[in-house]
Amino acid sequence: MLKPINVFMVGVGGQGTILASKVLAAVALKMGYDIKVSEIHGMAQRGGSVVTQVRLGEKVYSPVISEGEADVILAFEKLEALRWLSYLKPGGTVIINSQQISPVPVLAGAAEYPEDITGKIKERVADLQVLDALQIALECGNAKAANVVLLGAMAKKLPVDEKIWRDALADTVPQRLLEVNNAAFTAGFSA
Amino acid sequence: MKELLSGNAAIARGAIEAGVTLASGYPGTPSTEILENLSRCKDVYSEWAPNEKVALEVGVGAAMAGARTLVTMKHVGVNVAADPLFTAAYTGVTGGLVLISADDPGMHSSQNEQDNRHYARFAKVAMLEPSDSQEAKDMVALGLEISENFDIPVMLRITTRVAHSQGMVELNEPLPREIKPYSKDVKKYLMVPAFGRLRRLSLEERLTRLKEYSETTRVNFIVPGDNKVGIITSGISYQYVREVLPGASVLKLGLTNPLPVQLIKQFAEQVQTLYVVEELEPFLEEQIRMLGIKVTGKEMFPATGEFSQGLLRSKFAEAGLLTAQPREDWATGLPQAPPRPPVLCPGCPHRGVFFTLRSMKLTVTGDIGCYTLGGLPPLEGIDCCVCMGASISMAHGIDKAVPGLKEKTVAVIGDSTFLHSGITSLLNAVYNSSDITVLILDNRTTAMTGHQDHPATGRTLMGGEAPEVDLEALCRALGVKQVELVDPLDMAAVKEAVNTGLAAKGPSVIIARRPCVLLKRESKPVVTVDQETCNGCKVCLKLSCPAISVSDKKSSVDKTLCVGCNLCVQVCKTGAMKGGNADA
Ligand SMILES: Cc1ncc(C[n+]2csc(CCOP(=O)(O)OP(=O)(O)O)c2C)c(N)n1
Repeated sequence: MLKPINVFMVGVGGQGTILASKVLAAVALKMGYDIKVSEIHGMAQRGGSVVTQVRLGEKVYSPVISEGEADVILAFEKLEALRWLSYLKPGGTVIINSQQISPVPVLAGAAEYPEDITGKIKERVADLQVLDALQIALECGNAKAANVVLLGAMAKKLPVDEKIWRDALADTVPQRLLEVNNAAFTAGFSA
Repeated sequence: MKELLSGNAAIARGAIEAGVTLASGYPGTPSTEILENLSRCKDVYSEWAPNEKVALEVGVGAAMAGARTLVTMKHVGVNVAADPLFTAAYTGVTGGLVLISADDPGMHSSQNEQDNRHYARFAKVAMLEPSDSQEAKDMVALGLEISENFDIPVMLRITTRVAHSQGMVELNEPLPREIKPYSKDVKKYLMVPAFGRLRRLSLEERLTRLKEYSETTRVNFIVPGDNKVGIITSGISYQYVREVLPGASVLKLGLTNPLPVQLIKQFAEQVQTLYVVEELEPFLEEQIRMLGIKVTGKEMFPATGEFSQGLLRSKFAEAGLLTAQPREDWATGLPQAPPRPPVLCPGCPHRGVFFTLRSMKLTVTGDIGCYTLGGLPPLEGIDCCVCMGASISMAHGIDKAVPGLKEKTVAVIGDSTFLHSGITSLLNAVYNSSDITVLILDNRTTAMTGHQDHPATGRTLMGGEAPEVDLEALCRALGVKQVELVDPLDMAAVKEAVNTGLAAKGPSVIIARRPCVLLKRESKPVVTVDQETCNGCKVCLKLSCPAISVSDKKSSVDKTLCVGCNLCVQVCKTGAMKGGNADA
């Protein structure tokens, strides 16, 4: 039996992780996979760190991913990649949006935003991709599409046909934003 | 047809499919989305009640009158609703009644992690525990059937991971909504002692029948496997067990009150070593031990926090049932990630109030809502938070007991929380004449749980118009003489109002009214900082605003986050912060 693929998405409230998980869910459905998605909201809207866990495979029991189990960590923000790195499995993939969103303790000078996070992760993780998803999304015409840029980058790493991704995207995003999102996906895929 | 649904969406769907006529509840994470989802179905009447006790009583009434009924709340809500719950077990129902209790192991967004399975046993009602979305949906229909067949309320207990995880669910055609005929039956529904005693005996008889049913119900079943290891489990833990020990024999309990004693004994005999895997309290374990069966439970698994497959794997590895999986120690040598706590949003009307209370060095009894975040550093404007409504009553307690402190104490409470359980507390302060000062932070919504309507917003859950409670008139009607309205973004006015309130004899109320910034976004010019004038004193940082930062001893304001609330302009001592109206 195929072991579930575990995708661990982390970011900051308001960054669009939920849409990304919806697209991934649509992909799983199209492939006839079982899927579970776990999201803890509640405090998300208040700028806290948000975690969305997606597992797809022939049969999925637990809705959550434990430490050392994620095939992919998709980090919408650098610091969150650092925070959740222990969830990566040996040999796993990390994709990081180079955006920096300082938490309030950092803004207030009570803590420091660690320097060179991506460099330090690079020393440990062989399969690391860092991209400026916000900038790429802006070039595609909408900063809000940064989440889809990141999905595009991840799509390259997963054993799923591009056509399925495109269909899933079309099913998930509003029609009027499809063009921008398709461009964002392409840009992420080739980044 | 299959659809990907969260546990909460699945419960809403289950209610529609099972012919529920009425649903009532009060918001609370992780239960809120059940009624939000259900309210999109216009064929089912759904509503937000002002609190959980009211919600359950609404449900008890509808069920007595013959309708299938759903009532939803978070775990601590059941504390509020406990009074009707215990006696509704005596009366029983006519139409089925299912009470959703959404527990929060790990306290993702709660003040405690009480295990409400104990409530089912304590109140002597049936309890179902789903382990995924499909079961959550199916157990609504099953719960209603059990409720009607055994004349008893049924608690459907979910946990955060079930409520907020999505899984595939098979959809069915909705049943027609039927109302069973009502006939007056005082021996069943009029719980005076003479009739209560009869229903008490009847309850034991009903529970005896339910015990027999528990032995055969399809939701209590054995997954056959290796007879060396047997595991008894319920709820989300079942999923972790199946993932970690796919070969083990498992007794999965879906109906966990009352327990299927014979089935448990039979299972225990089939296996060599028996484990109980359950989050939080040893609810199953203790009852199984009382049957004289030897089990391993809480000596191996924690009674606090959530489980995960990782936790189970390491515990079973320690017990020698599994080999530990190799792990990469990613963290060694990496810097620690600074925390990212939730904060009040930029422009939140609550922020300035806490800055002011802190600067006045007051003791502040707090309450539950977004504004509880005003207690965290650097705002630190609240001393305590226990449960909804407690702010006002605790301030009254201080007032009556500790002179010296009372002159410096104020209570803060949100609008939804005030209507939930603050009104009676304020009534007590009037009746027993204390001098407390109460700030009602009226942001016109139940913000914390995602902006639900309440009796003062003018809208109902189903989107209809409703009369708006007039909070000023309500406070006056309770007997409060001094009621003042302020704009919470006007810090000087807030300070003056607090001073007036503290000086007044008798209880006084300050209503700080401004809609939640996420509800009503006004386009106001953003704040700019004159770099010449800023002396780096950092007083603006004490506002804990995500838009403000300091680098190289100068403040700056993030244009993309600032909404121009101008609180920082008001606290800035050098005049470096320029509001939208100033020429910066
Ligand atoms: C008994 C109980 N029911 C529900 C909750 C969940 N809950 C926490 S705060 C809150 C309401 C907050 O609304 P409000 O008082 O208006 O404050 P706001 O978040 O809008 O600032 C709710 C429903 C709870 N903690 N306890």
